[in-house]
Amino acid sequence: MTTVEGATAGRRRALEPRRVATRHGWTIGVYVLLLLLLIAYIWALAPVTFTSFDLKTIVIGALPLAFAAMAQAVIVISGGIDLSLGVMVAVINVSAASLMENQSFATSLLIAFGLMLLGVVIGTINGGLIVLTGVPDIVVTLAMSFVWGGVALLIMRTPGGGSPLEYQALGTGVFGIEWIPAGAVIIALVLALVWLPIRWRRPGFAIYAVGSNRDRAYLSGVNVATTRVLAYSIGGFFAAMGGLAATATTGIGTPYAGTFITLNSVAAVVLGGVSLAGGKGGVVGPVAAAFCLTLVPSIMVFQGIDPNYGQVIQGALIVIVVMIGGLVLLRERR
Amino acid sequence: MSLLEVRNVAKRYGPVVALKSADLVVEPGEVHALLGANGAGKSTLVKVLTGVIRHDSGTIKVNGKDVRIGSPEGARRVGFAPVFQDPALLPDLTVAQNMRLTRTPIAGVREWLERMGLTVDLTEMTGNLPLPTLRMLDLARALARDPQLLMLDEITAALPSDLAEKVFTVMREWRDQGRSVLFISHRLAEVSAACDRASVLRDGRTVGTLVPKAGEEEKIVELMLGESRSKLAAEIEAEVDKVEAGPVGREVQLEVRDLLVGDDPGGVSFQLRTGEILGVAALEGQGQDRLFDYLAGERRPPSGEMLVAGRPFTPHHPYDAIRAGVVLVPADRVLALLPQRPIRENIAAPLFNRISRWGPINRGDERRRVQNAIDRLSIDTRAQRQARRLSGGNQQKLTIARWLAAGFTTMLCFDPTRGIDVGTKRQIYALLRELAEAGAAVLLFTSELPEIQLVCDRAVVVYRGKVTTEMPAADADEPALLRAAHGLGTVEAAA
Repeated sequence: MTTVEGATAGRRRALEPRRVATRHGWTIGVYVLLLLLLIAYIWALAPVTFTSFDLKTIVIGALPLAFAAMAQAVIVISGGIDLSLGVMVAVINVSAASLMENQSFATSLLIAFGLMLLGVVIGTINGGLIVLTGVPDIVVTLAMSFVWGGVALLIMRTPGGGSPLEYQALGTGVFGIEWIPAGAVIIALVLALVWLPIRWRRPGFAIYAVGSNRDRAYLSGVNVATTRVLAYSIGGFFAAMGGLAATATTGIGTPYAGTFITLNSVAAVVLGGVSLAGGKGGVVGPVAAAFCLTLVPSIMVFQGIDPNYGQVIQGALIVIVVMIGGLVLLRERR
Repeated sequence: MSLLEVRNVAKRYGPVVALKSADLVVEPGEVHALLGANGAGKSTLVKVLTGVIRHDSGTIKVNGKDVRIGSPEGARRVGFAPVFQDPALLPDLTVAQNMRLTRTPIAGVREWLERMGLTVDLTEMTGNLPLPTLRMLDLARALARDPQLLMLDEITAALPSDLAEKVFTVMREWRDQGRSVLFISHRLAEVSAACDRASVLRDGRTVGTLVPKAGEEEKIVELMLGESRSKLAAEIEAEVDKVEAGPVGREVQLEVRDLLVGDDPGGVSFQLRTGEILGVAALEGQGQDRLFDYLAGERRPPSGEMLVAGRPFTPHHPYDAIRAGVVLVPADRVLALLPQRPIRENIAAPLFNRISRWGPINRGDERRRVQNAIDRLSIDTRAQRQARRLSGGNQQKLTIARWLAAGFTTMLCFDPTRGIDVGTKRQIYALLRELAEAGAAVLLFTSELPEIQLVCDRAVVVYRGKVTTEMPAADADEPALLRAAHGLGTVEAAA
């Protein structure tokens, strides 16, 4: 029997440790980094002991960004980029806070569901405009960020509104025992129930295919235009989750909530191991990266360092991590 | 009833007519070859049949019914499965994911791989697999879809002979089951060994269908050539007086030794003297692209030697090549130009390094050199503002003008007259001749074979990564070149 050069025998070896390490090395690395930052956080907090409350605080602080990072990850994997994600989070955030004020828990859940659909619609509009006009993603979404930013301000001029306490508990509460923050559970649920079913079916493969090589994807029978729009729609859904999380964690709506989220979502995607060229990476890595990016400034604050240094260190962290990753890839290729 | 019946299919891209009137009839249970020289319209017809492009007029019938293919997905629906020269597998997905993306039954792929005696880990990332494996996977995928018509576009290129043999075995089995194969290849020996019938395209028309027989490849070549020579040759001949070849210098300006560019492990070797125009003739994908890339410093050769004026030449970057006096005129003019910038700036671009070396840019010197170049080439400068507004011919003149102003010793021209009108072609030939007379060495690859006899002093034919034939211009007429370019007259293991 002839063996094709480079091909290896065997059938299912997906769980072979070496392959897991090479294929998911970056994601594992980001989680190690997250662990190190957590240790640094606990150490910075001393002499105060780290309690379940602190863990909850971390999750609360990172929740909206984590969802935005998931949104950006899907879009970047498909070969696009969305610079309006932050303001989309803000639009949903203020809509939720103004609609849910003085409502019952049941109504607020209904509103939340409606706003998730709104997120999908907004994402679809972004993606549709890009595909129909042929204008680069970055231009369309930058322009749309002003549109949605204006909409957010029309809905709510100054921070305000409200939401039922039970709804807030979805973001700030705990799940069962004290050490499991509800926000983390929600992220895990969204990943497991929304993203993974898409990821491991044809639409998911199509998203990776389109980001990897558009011509070959087309030759493989993928509807490139629909797939690109789909990525933006999924991104819109995750952005809506981010906005709803912001309402739950703060209890109110802030029209400017999205200012930092857009760029931080791009940073989280890069740090989380997604290639800006598309086709490579996952969604789980960027979630951890979002937590890393929120931990750094907190550690600074506890150490009494000017929080502005936090930005410097955040930026340096991204550059260093991405550089190391690039070097590792380069060595592998040789 | 025929499986596939193509009648009068035409396709034009703007003013360029790629297909005038293509006919093709494929019966059930046959291996049908599609042949033609470069630019005859083969790849356009394949693109139409695979739904990559849409034809302008003509009819395509599958099993007697009119079909409109429209997209790769549409081609799949009518029962066509193409295997392209460039395997259409996504590098960032695993093999199994690629199969699911194309809705291919994985069991079928496994079965075909087994029948071909190949073991491939389906959970491997496609990007990590070597090219021959990808080709075979692409073939297994096409077969697993159980198509009526399998289309193989140059599948044996870059395949080791044991794998190529497997492809032929599969093709025979497939035919014996009453299915059909459309086989596109430059290797005539393979065609006569493996195909039942062959259709030949010339200048966008089907000029004949015949039964290929081993030893009668000359007949095919004749059909590809037409009665005497292609129309283009006649046109050029009418317009251009044969440019008299000047005396060729003594010194070897450029030498290539055993440069690995394709299948052949021995590689390419030749010498280019000062004042000489050496023509390189080759069909698509014989390694000429890599030869020019290596010489221009765009890529580094895996093995072999290059020498300029007797000294080893190892450019790491096009900048190194330019400094050594080796400059490139590519077929794609947009690659060489700054399309948004004015003409003068384009010509001066390669000058920036030298003119500004001792201070600010010497505007006077720059203007003088640029004007010189424009005058010599009679470039139409009315569209001064942006190089991209120039016609293709003027753009190509501009790419040559840049090097005139910058200075060089060796010019590499890669298909410089592709898509250029006859008048401008004439000017470019005359210019190349003039440059050679002034002592420059010119290496000219052209896909228009008649050009070689008109412009060059000598010709080498590259076939599968090796110089198979070398001849003086006097002998390098189109039939001779085409024969050599198809690997005839050289020893080749028939499949």
